[in-house]
This record gives sequence, C-alpha cells and structure tokens, in this order.
Amino acid sequence: MSKRLVQLGVLIAILVAWYVATLPGGVHPLLLPPPIPVFRNFGVLLTTSSIWPDLFVTVREWVTAFCLASTAGCLIGYLVSRSGYAVRVFDPLFAGLYSVPAILLFPLYLLFFGLGAGSKIAIGTTIAFFPVVLNTIAGLSYVDKAYITAAKSMGANSAQLFWSVMMPAAFPVILTGLRLGCIVAFLSILGGETISSLAGLGHRIVSLAENMETSQMFANILFAVAMAIIINGLVSFAEARGRRGFQ
Amino acid sequence: MSERRGPLLSPGITRLLVIIGLLVLWEVSARFYADPLFLCPPSQAVMALKHIFSEPKIVKAIEITVYEMVTAFLVSVAFGMTVGLAIGLHGFTKQAILPVVLLLYAIPQATILPLFVLSFGIGPAAKIAFGISHGIFPVIVTTVAGVQNLRAPLLTAAKSMGASRFQVFTSIIFPHMIPSFFTGMRLGMTAVLLGVLLAELYVSTAGIGFYTRLFAESFSPPDLFALIAVLAAIAVTLNEGCRTMERRFSRWHAM
Repeated sequence: MSKRLVQLGVLIAILVAWYVATLPGGVHPLLLPPPIPVFRNFGVLLTTSSIWPDLFVTVREWVTAFCLASTAGCLIGYLVSRSGYAVRVFDPLFAGLYSVPAILLFPLYLLFFGLGAGSKIAIGTTIAFFPVVLNTIAGLSYVDKAYITAAKSMGANSAQLFWSVMMPAAFPVILTGLRLGCIVAFLSILGGETISSLAGLGHRIVSLAENMETSQMFANILFAVAMAIIINGLVSFAEARGRRGFQ
Repeated sequence: MSERRGPLLSPGITRLLVIIGLLVLWEVSARFYADPLFLCPPSQAVMALKHIFSEPKIVKAIEITVYEMVTAFLVSVAFGMTVGLAIGLHGFTKQAILPVVLLLYAIPQATILPLFVLSFGIGPAAKIAFGISHGIFPVIVTTVAGVQNLRAPLLTAAKSMGASRFQVFTSIIFPHMIPSFFTGMRLGMTAVLLGVLLAELYVSTAGIGFYTRLFAESFSPPDLFALIAVLAAIAVTLNEGCRTMERRFSRWHAM
C-alpha cells in the first residue's frame, strides 16, 4: 500500500515538475510543451479517428513482419535442431549475426524495397527473426536426452516424440523467443518509420516534430508509449497463458 | 545415446563453408541476375572498401561515429552505475524510482528521436544524447539487480564485525557487483550502438548517416555495402570486446 503511495507521489512530482518547468520563463514550449495541452491533444487522439490511418499502416507492417519472422524463425530453428551437428554449425552463426546491429541494413532495405511499407516489414522481420530462431533452436535442441530415450524405448514414433516430448519441453523457450520477436518487431518498425517513411505512427511523430507542433507530437508519443506498454503486457500475458496451456 | 557417426568436418569448418557458399551464391546472383543499381556482388563491395578508406571525408565520418559511440557508452556506464547504486542501495528509492526507470525504459525510444534533434541539433551531440538515452537504462537496471543479489548475511556479518560503510562498499558490495557490472556494460553497449546508429540514420551532416543516405540515393550499392560492412565490423568488435570482458570477469563470482 505505502509502496503504491510512494510511486503515485513520484508520478505526481514529475507532473508538477513538468508543469513548473513550462511556466513562462522556463523551458521553451517548442522543446517541452506544457502538460495540459498535451493531455488535451491526447484525449482528442483517443476520441477522434485522425490517427487511425497511420495506426493501421504501422499495425499492418508489424503483424506482417512478425508473422514472417516467426514462421521463418520457427521453421529454420526446427530444421536446424533436428541434428546436433547442424546446431553446432548454425547456432553460433545466428548468434554472431545477431550481434550486428541490424538497423544498419535499413539503408539497404530502403534501396531494395522503397520508402513504403516494404522496407519497414523487411527491417522488422530481420530484427525479429533472430530471437525467434535462436530460442527455437535452444528450446528444441536442449530437451533432456533422458526423456527422449525413455519415450523411444517405450516405442514412441517420431510424431508422438515431437508432440508429447519435444514440444512440451521446448514450448516455453520458444514462446519467450516469440514474445521478444513481437516486441522488437514493433520497436524496429517504429524506428524505421522515424528514419524515413511515407505513413505510420513514426512518420506522424516526425512530421509533427518537423512542423514544430510539439504538443501534438507529445500526445502522439504518449500514444505510442501507451501502445508499447499495452503490447508488452498483452504478449507477456499470452506467454504466461500459452506456457500453462501446453502443460 | 543415438549419436550418429561423427561427420568428417568439424562444425567450425562447415560453418565457414556455409558462409563461403552464401557469398558465392550472392556473387553469382548479383553478377548475372540482379540490377546493378540495387545489388552488387560482394567482390565489388570489397573493392569499394579501398575507395571508402581513401576518401578522407568518409574516414572522418567513421571516426565521428566511433567517437559518438564511445562517448555515449562511457557516459551511460558512469551515470548508469551511479544512479543504479543510488537507487539500489536504499529500499525507499528502489520502490519510488525504479518503477519510473522501468517506465522510461519501456518507451519506444525511436519515437522521441525528433525531440533529441530539436534539443541538441543535428550534430554529434544529438547522437551522443540519444545513445546515452538507450544505454543508460540497461546499466541502471542490471546494477540495481546486482545490488539486489547481495546476500544479506554477508552485510550483517561485515557490520557486526565493525566494518565501516566504506569497507562494506569496497570489500562486499563492489566485488559482488562486478559480474552484473559487466553484464550491464554488454547490454549498454548493444543499446548504445542501436541508439547512435538510429540517430545517425535519421539525420546527419557529417557522420556515416550522411554517407549511407548519399550512397543509397545515388544508387551506388558497392559503396553502401562496403560502408555498412565497416560499421558492422566496428559494432561487432565493440560488442565482442564487452562480451569477452564479461566472460573474463564473471569467473570471479564462482568463488
């Protein structure tokens, strides 16, 4: 209880500091707009449909990228994990590629796929692919050998082995990969839209910034932040549910 | 164990062959099938490296970018450690401030990139600031977690044997912090690289972002590929440096 109070107090202190900082003579409103218009604009965003076209673009890019990345990641991860030798060959390869900041590829993707949705889907897919594939390999290839031996000696065929032994053991790890992929796909698509794009949430924020409409821009940032937090909560919830569902 | 008969090649060599195979595939497809305005064979990209390094402006741009990365990283680590210790060592601040830090960490930072440009201009300052805003949070969070893992009996024992605050810090807290310190450094480095590169690609007048845009818009893929390869090499070197340090120093903990 007192914990919540302290947190609420800090939150209120931040809001008050924000308000005081933007009083006349404080921070220039172009750099930090006063809180009241920001929240008014945020209210307008929530109640009108002006943001929907951009939101739709971003969500479509995100869903496409995540579907591509999770399909490719799970499939390739599954194929690699079928042989221990392939795991030893490919796992370090993927892990090594993962340590290259994939955002570097964005200029190339702009060249290949243009300014529209294609380049964002490509960057989102690339970035989300690695957590999915690495976790799929990790999940499927580190199943306790004793379970496999036991199932085989009891006469399980390969389908039974996969669905009743491998999947229940590997599923939580794969789910973690999917959750990470889902989140990084969203973040990298926002990043791509910020760098250069024709439509979408990131594009909207940048164009508001370039028009110096900072209170509108803050409202949109607030929207994106709220969205990221909700997505985070939803996928964590889905992960927890999925984990229980498979036991 | 149903281990199949050992393959002839060690995994490392097969991996190398896979990489070579992919490069050959790329070379052949780019040379014979692709539009040279968009894709170039890797051999041309390697040749373009010479062009990149002979152009003093591009070398300067790479230097500026590395400088931005290193500065942002050092500031993130120094401030992140200090803030993390300040937050983690007291129950009250941990309750009050840590949720705020986690909330800030959850912000999709790319959306606030224009704010950094508004405040810090289009020069290196904005890139460094954006890099710090990416790098500082993982450092803070791992530092707080490191303090949290401190075993209470050790602290009680030290205090009951009359250790001063300073002694507690140097003999107990600090040695215990080392593994999480290096983990924080590694995560911070990854984040700083992302932040600096994002800011560079968004707007840049002298750094590499300017040149990636120039090469993309003038349709010269060999230069673009070569520049990206150089940056990737720098990023991997910095990342691996942190990772090696982490591996080296986390052995400490096993005592």
